[in-house]
Amino acid sequence: MKIRITGVCRRYSGGQREVTALEDMNLEVEEGEFIVVVGPSGCGKSTLLHLIAGLQQPDCGEIVLDQADQGPPVLIFQEAALFPWLTVQGNVEFGLKVRGVPPAQRRAIASDQLTRVRLRQFADAQPHELSGGMRQRAAIARALAVDPPVLLMDEPFAALDAQSRDIMHQELQRIWSETGKTIIFVTHNVREAVCLADRVVLMTARPGRIKSIIKVNLPRPREVSDGNLAQIAHVVLDHLREEIQRVEQEEFDSGWSYQESRIHPTGADDLADRR
Amino acid sequence: MLTIWQIVVSLHLWSPLLLPGPKSVAQSLVDGVRNLSLPVAVLASLVRMVIGYGLAVLIGLCAGFAMARFDLLRDTLGGAAVGLQTLPSICWLPLALLWFGLNEKAIIFVVVMGATFSIITAVDGGIRNVSPQLIEAGRNLGARGLALQFRVVLPAALPTIVTGLKLGWSFAWRSLMAGELLYSEKGLGRVLTLGRDLGDMAQVLAAMIVILIIGLAVNRLVFGPLENLLARRWGLVRD
Repeated sequence: MKIRITGVCRRYSGGQREVTALEDMNLEVEEGEFIVVVGPSGCGKSTLLHLIAGLQQPDCGEIVLDQADQGPPVLIFQEAALFPWLTVQGNVEFGLKVRGVPPAQRRAIASDQLTRVRLRQFADAQPHELSGGMRQRAAIARALAVDPPVLLMDEPFAALDAQSRDIMHQELQRIWSETGKTIIFVTHNVREAVCLADRVVLMTARPGRIKSIIKVNLPRPREVSDGNLAQIAHVVLDHLREEIQRVEQEEFDSGWSYQESRIHPTGADDLADRR
Repeated sequence: MLTIWQIVVSLHLWSPLLLPGPKSVAQSLVDGVRNLSLPVAVLASLVRMVIGYGLAVLIGLCAGFAMARFDLLRDTLGGAAVGLQTLPSICWLPLALLWFGLNEKAIIFVVVMGATFSIITAVDGGIRNVSPQLIEAGRNLGARGLALQFRVVLPAALPTIVTGLKLGWSFAWRSLMAGELLYSEKGLGRVLTLGRDLGDMAQVLAAMIVILIIGLAVNRLVFGPLENLLARRWGLVRD
């Protein structure tokens, strides 16, 4: 068992009213597992990652990392958050540099990781010269360079175009199976979740809680266009519908409701092992 | 420009004593260089600039950093900095003369006062506008404390800081000229005063041209390329 999250909550004081981002969060993540957290906007998904990364502290409960001495989990952001003044190589070496790794070793590790994400020939480019997908691969290489036990990914492909996203789904599955890292991935894209996850964790809208966990037993590598995958995605979406509606009703004018005429194949539940 | 100048002079609207033509100004420039009075004045002014501006940069960076870190400082010192920035720095001269006496220190103090506040404001603003995500990324990858400040915050804020330094330079240059005009034994401002006292308008105009050229040269040759380099590397513009 890699990560144990018990009774974690987190509140923000936004202006006059206090917002509960996370409430009574309980989750156990196995070593090498690929967890995808799905939920409507504002369900505290990003907060959860920030808490696991140690960038924020929970208001209650605790997060225990197995082998915490291997360094903290590394977070990958939606906008890649590469340092614009450094080259791609410089970015990948950043974590090693602040750890005092000697230059020759740094260069070697960075080259290895850039090869892994297939960006070696862009090592000397500046981040702004890269496309969105390339930036995300550079960010993944930068994270892998410090060899973290856990990778945290906060909607990393949300800003990419559809083709780049499909490619990144393949690349991420390959990188995951090559490195054996534990990954916690946050998205609001249900198909993306089912494509990548061992287990999909569904969150409720404000306050964020776990609604259900759905195990995905499809062979890998998976593709988003796969029919079985689409069926499971429907199931996940059904679970989510109520939550999406709750959020949207807060944001739309009154009288709006989620379209009730959707049709999905019955019996899709057979493919999913609900917990 | 030169042609218009020559035409205006040729119209004899003003006496040539008050508005000399380009030729006599050029002659005055050449004479000034020949008898070394101009180079000596330029050197004297530049030495003051280097000291005054150097001090301003040092104070500005430290105070700006401190202000960005501590809200209390920003609320107190920050307001004062913005307020004092609107005060023309030459207004400090009477005070400086009383504090330091009739010497170099007084003029350098005026220069420092002219440049510091715009640098403080730029450093503070630059640091506060650094994307929180870059700081989080830096922390997350293991950079803490000073390493975080020097490897993430400072480079991220650098483009804004350089803009502040450039602004500070022109403020410092203006303050220096004002200071030298009012009180100084040497320097370009002194050349101006001397020209006026002697009724030598060619010398006055020659000095003005030199002052303009130095101001422009530093902007064009130092800050211009620096800003371009930063903009290109930081990806702020596409070339």
